[in-house]
Amino acid sequence: MKPNDVILQSVTKVAVVIIFTFSVYLFMNGHHNPGGGFIGGLSTAAAIVLLYLAFDIEKVRENIRIDFKKLTAIGVLLAVCTGLGGVVFGKEFLTQAFGYFELPVFGETELTSALIFDTGVALAVIGTAVNIILSISEDR
Amino acid sequence: MFKTVLFISLCLLALTILLNLYRVVKGPTSADRIQALDSVGINLIASIGIFSVLFHTRAFFDLMLLIGILSFIGTIAFARFIERSVVIERDN
Repeated sequence: MKPNDVILQSVTKVAVVIIFTFSVYLFMNGHHNPGGGFIGGLSTAAAIVLLYLAFDIEKVRENIRIDFKKLTAIGVLLAVCTGLGGVVFGKEFLTQAFGYFELPVFGETELTSALIFDTGVALAVIGTAVNIILSISEDR
Repeated sequence: MFKTVLFISLCLLALTILLNLYRVVKGPTSADRIQALDSVGINLIASIGIFSVLFHTRAFFDLMLLIGILSFIGTIAFARFIERSVVIERDN
């Protein structure tokens, strides 16, 4: 007999949206307030783990078609390439730049290259955490 | 006056956490222990709220929501482990 967990699955469908929003908030907040790439990536990984808990592995793998090993590699590559960008412009490795731009919706916004480095950190953290949990749950 | 009220509520919350820890140590079944740990998490959220009033800072507000999320996920994982003896299921 298949167990029935309607309540867990319906709560998960609402809660995952809130957790993803919160993790994006933590990620974008990290320049001037508490937060940043590491904790944003970890809370995203927590939401994905909640999906794995409520549904089974195959159903989540069908709907989130991401190879998490490749995600880790892309994150590390992004962080290294941001560091090499300073070398291209004749500065030291990992030199960061920032500027103020006029965006359509947000108005005057400060855009930094540290955000791209943080994106790399977040992708590496998501990939590593989900990969560890998946490979632990593989064997019986 | 206001600080005294905050200190008294912090002491009461610490007492609540201690009573919950008594249930964690003494609880006959593991469901008792899990529920006591969930309750400890909620009391920690309340204490962080009182601490951020006491310190006049908004830096801990993210932490409260994060403890709520982590406590929820941990409780669900333990409950699944008790019920089905496997945390993440596979469909075959």
